[in-house]
Amino acid sequence: MAHATPLAIRGLNKRYEVKGQALSVLQAIDLAIAPGEFVSIVGSSGCGKSTLLRLIVGLEGDYEGEILLGGQPVTGTGLERGIVFQEHRLFPWLTVEKNVALGLLNSRLTEGERRAAVREHIALVGLQGFEGAYPHQLSGGMSQRVAIARALVNRPDILLLDEPFGALDAMTRAHLQDELRRIWRQEGITMVLVTHDVEEAVYLGDKVVVMEPRPGRIRRTVPVPLAHPRERSAQAFAVLKERVLQEFAAYPAAQLAEPPYRRGEPPVPVGRWQFAV
Amino acid sequence: MQKTSKHFIPPRLRGWVLPVLIVALWGWAVHAGAVSSPLLVSPLEVWRRGVEQVASGELRVALSASLWRNAWGVLIGMAAGFGAGALLGASRWAERLLGPSFHTLKQISLFAWIPMLSMWFGLGEAAKIAFIALAAFFPMVLNTFEGIRSVPRELIEVGRVHAFSPWQMLARVTAPAAAPSIFTGIQLALIYGWLATLGAEYLLASGKGLGNTLIDGREHFWMDLVLFGVLVIGAVGFALNAVLGVLERRLLAWRERTVAQY
Repeated sequence: MAHATPLAIRGLNKRYEVKGQALSVLQAIDLAIAPGEFVSIVGSSGCGKSTLLRLIVGLEGDYEGEILLGGQPVTGTGLERGIVFQEHRLFPWLTVEKNVALGLLNSRLTEGERRAAVREHIALVGLQGFEGAYPHQLSGGMSQRVAIARALVNRPDILLLDEPFGALDAMTRAHLQDELRRIWRQEGITMVLVTHDVEEAVYLGDKVVVMEPRPGRIRRTVPVPLAHPRERSAQAFAVLKERVLQEFAAYPAAQLAEPPYRRGEPPVPVGRWQFAV
Repeated sequence: MQKTSKHFIPPRLRGWVLPVLIVALWGWAVHAGAVSSPLLVSPLEVWRRGVEQVASGELRVALSASLWRNAWGVLIGMAAGFGAGALLGASRWAERLLGPSFHTLKQISLFAWIPMLSMWFGLGEAAKIAFIALAAFFPMVLNTFEGIRSVPRELIEVGRVHAFSPWQMLARVTAPAAAPSIFTGIQLALIYGWLATLGAEYLLASGKGLGNTLIDGREHFWMDLVLFGVLVIGAVGFALNAVLGVLERRLLAWRERTVAQY
């Protein structure tokens, strides 16, 4: 079992310089994640959810505010934080076994312990028998499972997943969601999943953090107090999913603008027209 | 169900059909007196000359001299090319400083270097090896540079996430990712190197070598010697390519087929 530590994000702000102008990507993000919790983050494109993950894992820096893992501020990358990207990013010149073993390259295990850990994690993601296969011989779902094994093999304190199933077909996605939940229950690792699929977020998360874009902010956190295994067709599930979807429908930008011309009235000049997006 | 129909000519030998036909046609043309030029020698004469060359040891002398020159020149060219390509690829500063000059120099036609090389190195071995090295250098630099610059950023990020040291990043990400391009560079270096070996022997005519055999044959109008020499040169080129092909299958077996197979 990994020793799960709490993640605390306080007052996180991230800005990019674009043509001399400061572009705010994340604004005043406050997030507390308890050890062993599964947090889903949903939002439309451009709400900074990927940037948030990249800041937590240390691929990007230069932020204002605090990101504390177990009370320690996060600086750069580290083996205690793992990430699974949307693309599998496997090394094409290595077999499945060697790709998973990459996660242990800088760990302090002995040779025998490493082999055992690799075998265990390949079995964990259900790919026994494929140790000698090359990435180009695997399907998308299998490659993504190898990526998950690689991220987990060093028992990180927290696993971040950036739209990991976005590039897969619906059936594989559903299957892998179940696999991920099984792994989470088994290993007890804290997981943070970023997705644009609301159903996936509600299916897997203990709470759903809804973000809105321009600049990226947390709009609301919706707790999901359902017991596992969850049924997508259950009434309680549908209610929660609807509650999350409501957050998206309530964007001011999505409200219809006043029509420029109503019968009987003089038309509003073009300069005063307002558009919905 | 496997087709058990007997092939008239087994697939493995099909490549030989055309050459055999050509040689047969050639032999018949000579025998039937279809062409009355003294320059048209029969395949049999070429064969006899070849046997004579082997028996007298002349082939061995010429071939080993050419191969020796080729090996030296190509090795020096590849090593220098790899170093320069790696430097240009890894360091933006170096590329900005040295890049424009390099790209200008590479445009100079290879054979235009001969006068300068013969002035600096004379007409002996050094000049020939320098020429061969130059021929091998340019494709190696370009392909090494390309390989190192094309390492996918996504894989570098995976390395960073797993806390790779700079050496680990180089050895486990950059080098394997650049390997296919570098291998192409090696292939081209060998092709151009062998081409330049013959060119060097021709243009800096001194000493022994297959090129000198050809010059010999031309001067004495011994067409059979010329043809034999050409065959040997072609065979060496073919052999070099075949060896590389085997190496490629071994080292780069992980690559998937991205093009159609007709």
